[in-house]
Amino acid sequence: MTLAALPLGVEIAIKTGVILAIIPAGALILGYVFLMKMMAHMQSRLGPMDPGGFHGWYQLIGDGIKFLQKEDLMPAEADRRVFAMAPMLILLSTFLVYVVIPAGPDIIVEDLDVGIFFALAVSSISVIGVLMAGWASANKFAMLGAIRAAGQLIAYELPLVLAVVGVVIQAGTMSLQGIVAFQQNGEIFGFGGIGFPLVITQFVGFVLFLTAAQAELTQTPFDMPVAESELVAGYFVEYSGFRFLFFFMGEFGTAFALAGIAATLFLGGWSIPGVEGTLANVLGPIVLFAKVMLVSFVIFWVRFTYPRFREDQLQSLAWKFLIPISLLNILATGVFKVVF
Amino acid sequence: MSVTEQRQHAAVARHLAEAQVNVELHHEDMVLNIGPQHPATHGTLRVIVKLDGERVVAADPVIGYMHRGYEKLTEYRSYPQITTLINRIDWLSSFANEVPFIDASEQLMGIEPPPRAVYIRTILTELSRISTFLLFLGEMGLQVGAITPAFYGFRDREYVLNLIEAATGGRFHPNFNRIGGLKDDLPAGWIAETRRVMDVVFESCDTFEDLVAGNEIFEARTRGIGIIPGDIGKSYGVSGSNLRASGVDWDLRRDGQPYLAYPELDFKVWTHPDGDSFSRYWVRLQETRESARMVLQLLDQLPAGPVMAKVPRIIKVPAGETWVNTENPLGEMGYYVVSKGAIGPFRVKIRSASFSNVSILPWLLQGVYVPDVITILASLYFILGDIDR
Amino acid sequence: MAKTKTKRAFKMPGLIQGLGVTLRTMLRPTVTTQYPHEREDPPSRARGVIALKEENCTVCMLCARECPDWCIYIEGHKVKAPPRRPGGKPRTVNTLDRFDIDYALCMYCGICVEVCPFDALYWSPEYEYSTPSIADLLHDKSKLGEWMETVPAPQPLEVGAEGPSRWR
Repeated sequence: MTLAALPLGVEIAIKTGVILAIIPAGALILGYVFLMKMMAHMQSRLGPMDPGGFHGWYQLIGDGIKFLQKEDLMPAEADRRVFAMAPMLILLSTFLVYVVIPAGPDIIVEDLDVGIFFALAVSSISVIGVLMAGWASANKFAMLGAIRAAGQLIAYELPLVLAVVGVVIQAGTMSLQGIVAFQQNGEIFGFGGIGFPLVITQFVGFVLFLTAAQAELTQTPFDMPVAESELVAGYFVEYSGFRFLFFFMGEFGTAFALAGIAATLFLGGWSIPGVEGTLANVLGPIVLFAKVMLVSFVIFWVRFTYPRFREDQLQSLAWKFLIPISLLNILATGVFKVVF
Repeated sequence: MSVTEQRQHAAVARHLAEAQVNVELHHEDMVLNIGPQHPATHGTLRVIVKLDGERVVAADPVIGYMHRGYEKLTEYRSYPQITTLINRIDWLSSFANEVPFIDASEQLMGIEPPPRAVYIRTILTELSRISTFLLFLGEMGLQVGAITPAFYGFRDREYVLNLIEAATGGRFHPNFNRIGGLKDDLPAGWIAETRRVMDVVFESCDTFEDLVAGNEIFEARTRGIGIIPGDIGKSYGVSGSNLRASGVDWDLRRDGQPYLAYPELDFKVWTHPDGDSFSRYWVRLQETRESARMVLQLLDQLPAGPVMAKVPRIIKVPAGETWVNTENPLGEMGYYVVSKGAIGPFRVKIRSASFSNVSILPWLLQGVYVPDVITILASLYFILGDIDR
Repeated sequence: MAKTKTKRAFKMPGLIQGLGVTLRTMLRPTVTTQYPHEREDPPSRARGVIALKEENCTVCMLCARECPDWCIYIEGHKVKAPPRRPGGKPRTVNTLDRFDIDYALCMYCGICVEVCPFDALYWSPEYEYSTPSIADLLHDKSKLGEWMETVPAPQPLEVGAEGPSRWR
């Protein structure tokens, strides 16, 4: 089974189709499992129970269909073209992140040599989309939200990248497949049963990555751009209907993707030690999905528990704590790499 | 028009445009209209803030979107009807609203309610205090960004509301007070149930301490934000927990004219020296526990006997005037009742706590950030009905 | 006597404590009542809906007069009834033509129930009468009479209370 034998156009079409299916699917799964069910149970509620019969599994799909039917509202003062483009751009950035995440030895859209670098670079395209959305809405709340988002995403891009550098140093490659292979073949003091998940040596990096990812996803405690109790809904306050759906899919699709990257970098990704070839292609996606859910659980657990920071506190947290710690982490990793 | 004139006009126009640009550049203040429809304003309070970036230069609260004219309405209603109206002023602790008015009417009529009625009134007042504070404890978390505490607040308040409903028939609007006593005695099994619910309240307070008050992010958001010095608070007429959080040891239950069963109770008045948003949260947290303790104490001391004094069938209050103020959950609430001997009062002046509490906002909101505006609004804890009446 | 929070031996960071609270709650059973599937029973004193015992009503209009927001509409007429004792004078009896309560206006204060001198009005804890149309919230006397079935029997009072319950 190899796609490379197909003509280029067909290959691209198939790959695009797969990612376009994964984004809503990932958003739906995270939205249903965590946003609806886990949050409800954390608050002694049941969440949706009726739609679809079994524990309201149909709720979010129904919501999506409802959004498609809604009137497409656009503020009179809005910059119409920019307003319409912004959600697309955010979805595009989500789309591009999926390109480099491997789910098996052969299940990857494109194994770039600079894979992780590419993923983090394209994920920050969403800043432009957020700024466009906030500016084009011609709404003060939206603009405040967009400016906050821009400041925050730029501040957190740096610790996100720096947290990854430790992994890259240890694995000696930027390719995500290479990092997975390193973790699959690694051994802990001669014991190879669970491979060598980098979270063991890069725990600081893992925590930093999750913190920065939380800010990147604008989730509580870093959700000032959205801040429903202050800015109502921040940069997408004026969006409705399917454009709002795009924002929703972008948010949860990116959460799915970033959880995937975290699982790949720190928890071993699709790797199952000792399993290779076709079997790994079959089991890999399942293993990766389980790990993604684990990471997402932590992300959403934090989201539903904590209050939010203030914008200036967030900036000082990023510049005064996260970045110095991640630099120290890089230094320590480098020293260990040279010594051992 | 000659060419020279045209050039001159063009030059003038250019200068004007530049001047316009300069003026616009200097006007960096943005006017942001928070409310009347905004999730953080508990209804329809409107705060017009002038912003320099995210910093508030000036704030102007606009009230009155929910004015229902209760002071005027009371002049056209009889005394029993007024009880049902005024418990809609502060709808989260309605029982406590009825007490000062009934007290004032009883003083004018010279009626002494039986001790059992007084005790049950005190219990229900404290229960309404607990119910409204439990909501505050959760809802304050929501305003600073945590979703979950709000649900805990609603969940645990429900137990208290069920108690109030079981005794009075109404969850929010008990209308249980009558001039001279109460509508009826408590239903069987109510005391045991109340003791059980007070355990839930203690547990709930512990939960809020772990989840909200002990959270470092919450402390970072609230410590040092919206500091009200005690003397400034007093000069603006701030009362209740907001004033006690500024270190002023003043509680009408202890310091005011004796009312209900409070003189026979042993309780502590909690204060906090800081006067910031966190201390307002902390004081209310402690007061919730203290109220639960008071309820247990009252249940132990509850005397037997009737709950209604001898009262004429048609209530006519003799001519006279009186002022009764009590310590309500939101602060000092008072009624100035003037009677001319008719079946309804001649004039009623209502002093509601939130109205005075929000009057400090223009002073308090200067120089804070937009998120702090929300924190301060939440920590002052007002009810719109209590502001606009 | 009063409970206070037991001090822990060492103070956990608040961030971790908070995570513990939400995790513990998640593992406990929820408090939700699945309303349309399972019904919640309000206490018997709950003021749900007002029931009318028509034969007790004498069209005295006290309830309509005392109602703070005038949501009760009563019409009646006088009829000659046969004398109580044979040979007596024929009596004049008020007959009820119309007794409507507009629940869209009613604020559930219970004054009408309380002032009724002939025990014609009762509270019932029934609450399932919402309608898609606001006009259907005007309950006429036959509908109000149907609610009589849901009126609970008088409940016993707490220890130390005096006399029977005056609750209606």
